[in-house]
Amino acid sequence: MSEARIRWISGPVLRAGTQDVFHVHEAVAVGPSALLGEVIKLGPDDFVAQIYEDTTGLKPGDRVVGTGQALSVPLGPGILGTICDGLLRPLLAADGPFIRPGVRTGGARRFGFEPMVPAGTRVQSGQAIGRVASPRPQLCLVPPGTAPGVVRWMAPAGEFSGTEPICRLEHEGGASSEIALTHSWPVRESRPVRARLAIAGPMITGQRILDTLFPIGRGSRAALPGGFGTGKTVLQEALAKWSDADIIVYVGCGERGNEMSEVLDELPKLQDPRSGRPLMERTVIIANTSNMPVAAREASIYTAITVAEYFRDQGLHVALMADSTSRWAEALREVSGRLGELPGEAGYPAYLSSRLAQFYERAGRVRTLAGSEGSVTIIGAISPPAGDFTEPVTMHTRRCVRTFWALDRGRAQARFYPAIHPLQSYSGDVDALARWWQAQGNPDWSAQRKRLLELLEAQVRLERMARIVGKDALPPAQQLTLLCADLVNDAILRQSSFSETDRYCSPQRQTEILSLVIRFIDLAQGAVEAGVHPDRIGELPLRRTLQRIGEEFGETRIAQIRALWKQLDSEFSSLSRERVDAP
Amino acid sequence: MRPELTLEHGVQRIEGPLLFLERTVEIGLNARVEVIDRDGRARIGRVAALDERTFTIEVLESTLGLGVRDTQVRIWNEPMLFGVGPGMLGRTYDSIGQPTDGGAPVPAVRRMRIDGLAINPAVRALPRDFIETGVSAIDLMNSLVRGQKLPLFSGAGLPHDRLATDIVLQARLRHQAQGSFAVVFVGMGVSHDTAESFRDAMASSGALEHTAMFLNLADEPSTQRLLTPRYALTAAEYLAFVEGRHVLVVMTDMTNYCEALREVSAGHGELPSRKGYPGYMYSDLASLYERAGCIADLPGTLTQLPILSMPADDISHPIADLTGYITEGQIVLDRELDRRGIYPPVRVLPSLSRLMNAGTGEGFTHADHPALANQLFACYARAAHVRVLASVMGEESLPEVDRRFLAFGREFEQRLVHQEGRRSLEESMAIGWQLLRGLPVAELTRLTRRQIEQYLGGEVP
Repeated sequence: MSEARIRWISGPVLRAGTQDVFHVHEAVAVGPSALLGEVIKLGPDDFVAQIYEDTTGLKPGDRVVGTGQALSVPLGPGILGTICDGLLRPLLAADGPFIRPGVRTGGARRFGFEPMVPAGTRVQSGQAIGRVASPRPQLCLVPPGTAPGVVRWMAPAGEFSGTEPICRLEHEGGASSEIALTHSWPVRESRPVRARLAIAGPMITGQRILDTLFPIGRGSRAALPGGFGTGKTVLQEALAKWSDADIIVYVGCGERGNEMSEVLDELPKLQDPRSGRPLMERTVIIANTSNMPVAAREASIYTAITVAEYFRDQGLHVALMADSTSRWAEALREVSGRLGELPGEAGYPAYLSSRLAQFYERAGRVRTLAGSEGSVTIIGAISPPAGDFTEPVTMHTRRCVRTFWALDRGRAQARFYPAIHPLQSYSGDVDALARWWQAQGNPDWSAQRKRLLELLEAQVRLERMARIVGKDALPPAQQLTLLCADLVNDAILRQSSFSETDRYCSPQRQTEILSLVIRFIDLAQGAVEAGVHPDRIGELPLRRTLQRIGEEFGETRIAQIRALWKQLDSEFSSLSRERVDAP
Repeated sequence: MRPELTLEHGVQRIEGPLLFLERTVEIGLNARVEVIDRDGRARIGRVAALDERTFTIEVLESTLGLGVRDTQVRIWNEPMLFGVGPGMLGRTYDSIGQPTDGGAPVPAVRRMRIDGLAINPAVRALPRDFIETGVSAIDLMNSLVRGQKLPLFSGAGLPHDRLATDIVLQARLRHQAQGSFAVVFVGMGVSHDTAESFRDAMASSGALEHTAMFLNLADEPSTQRLLTPRYALTAAEYLAFVEGRHVLVVMTDMTNYCEALREVSAGHGELPSRKGYPGYMYSDLASLYERAGCIADLPGTLTQLPILSMPADDISHPIADLTGYITEGQIVLDRELDRRGIYPPVRVLPSLSRLMNAGTGEGFTHADHPALANQLFACYARAAHVRVLASVMGEESLPEVDRRFLAFGREFEQRLVHQEGRRSLEESMAIGWQLLRGLPVAELTRLTRRQIEQYLGGEVP
């Protein structure tokens, strides 16, 4: 084991002298309490390392021990359903109310293991050799990078800890190796796949404004920028709860501690609308709150994506929620500053853009080594200073993502949630997903979606005009456009995360609501063309029902939405009758 | 505590706040030191960097008058600690936790690190206890809960001190035993009269014995200003999580704190970020704000009410912006409302309480409270929108519905936001429902049919 002695230390950065061999990005244990750190720069007889914990009390002469491997995290069945810190060390209530620096050991959990291949089978990396039943079924794979070999011994079904061997392989040339339920993987290295696939199906988020207007495909990547108080966190949490991913990795990177406790408080109580199981069972929370060490914040994003890839390799669809990538970029800036690197834009290091690109590129829909399909979808929140979308992190991220959900302060202030601005947002996955919606029984999805966007666009233009000439001076057709755009906002785009009936909207219910609203617009346009005044349409009793349709017609009342068509037709036909009867 | 070592000589160089010394002793990073000048005056500092031959001390006060040859350094091999114990309340302290009221020192039962430790997210309890502050714009629209950090975004000359005092004196829980409460007042770079008027207000209501005041006055060194909230929050943590009290920490003025941070950072020759503030200002502010919270299985809570005066009333200024990202909402005060004589001049639309949903509604306040607040927000936002139209075209040319919204906006400010004395939540809600009666029922889409019929007596079409 290589060893070094601290020569200089300041804040989270140290320089240590050594005669031994250290490597770039090698993890090191520093000082008497073995604080975790990482080598970032090497000289002929010394190196610079950053430390992921509070360095109070360290001094020159303290020991620095190399671990021989790059900064890695242990991946195994035990991480599901838990909360960990930025280096994937479990945060347990037993650790006490405050986090102390130094080594923490997770509880010695045991897992019910069941072998899937008999001894004598030839296996290769990425192949499933067994399964673990709880908290949800997980596969145990031959770790990627393992040479092909023949199973010489396979553990019988039973209870095993994460580190006990469950299988022994014999490789070509007689070498042998053991496999445990847990293996470690370097966080900065993406895990191998057989092939990358094109986006084919959506990740259903259960949010109408996203699924209907700005959908995201499985394996795609989205950015969610917004100033403070615009609802980034609430939306990220809603996505973590209701997205139809198999696994959710939620990383709180430099954010509030109460945010984590909110997720921890709610997820165990909520049920997955598809499986009926508690949502916590499919979730991993990685918490590096804003008052935890900054260097670990930089690592936490990589930890999260590595965990996501680990589950993807089991043939699962994973969604990664990163809140917030701006804090990660700031950690990068802080560490870069301490290293005396030349600053780029706004003080960020020049490699900010390439780091962002590398991170987002780890998303994707893939064919795993074992041949099954898996995906990692990344949704990264951005906290732009002063809500300014032209700042470096937002700008660089825009070039890396396919989908952009811009949060708007004006909408948030009117408590219109989700406060996604329909004209500033976009999705690059629309064409790939139109086929999916067609297969779901809505052949008109693309056309309907386009129509809503045109309507919302027209609304902005007409409101500007109305500000000058007055609303009453607009021609009836334009007055109707304003009325219909308002309806689209209320009926489709507004959706409360705190409403038990409306917090999740299934694709089927979305289609029904969308079709009904389009029907309303069609009939209204017909009526105005026939000479009915838009104000009369605004007075229709059904309009209020439509404005509150998400709230009033929950998942259990989808059939009743269809029944409203008849009422709609009759209300409109009585309008035209009035018109005919009028003298 | 006696120092472990005293260095008579060894200072080699002084640069700004930094002293460079020969390293002849075994000490660790962040150790506490005292730097003593030739007149025997002690200044506190900490070890900022070490290498094999030298170490660097950051002096946390002015370095005026320090010399290379005649300066002594006393070293403790421990980080900065604050001795806390019973009897902390009812006292006044200086920037670094020394009593200044002439009384005896506080007998310390434990010594806690002033930087604190991060609360383990796994044992944080979600704040849920609604605090009735008696202020409608807060209780009804942006509710405060125990364990929350809710700043007042204000500006020079606005009545933020009065509002903070009102909240401190009026705040109470509903339907629950009060428990023992405590107030920690942290004055950072405040003027003498601000500190004095707060003390008078507390004294005249008899709350002074529950109050600990930490004062760093405007003419005191700005480096110490960075320590004052840390000493105060350490005391607050002791009061909350050891003594089990419900502690409300009023911190004023965060802008002075951030200015001091910028000054010290510049003194260190660090690369500046936005507007010259250091790049780590977010993390630094978080290390203060994140000390608010509730911990499962511990009886006390720590609630923060920081006050910051936005430079040039600019909410996008880095101080307000970074604070807004960390805290759980903000109460924004407005100059125009203040000019119109509305007190408290709370600008409701940009104000927010992120924990409102956790502490209001069925089982917490009133089942219809969230819906009412939501509807009022939507209507007031529409009123603000119509105001823009009316400013161009004049009120007369607006359609009837829009005129009613304009009237609603005025009433909302004059009858709901403005208030003379304390209001219970029920009184605030009653006013809210009354205001909504002036609007057409068809426009109230955030309310259910039942709520409209019950509170507004309206017929839903």
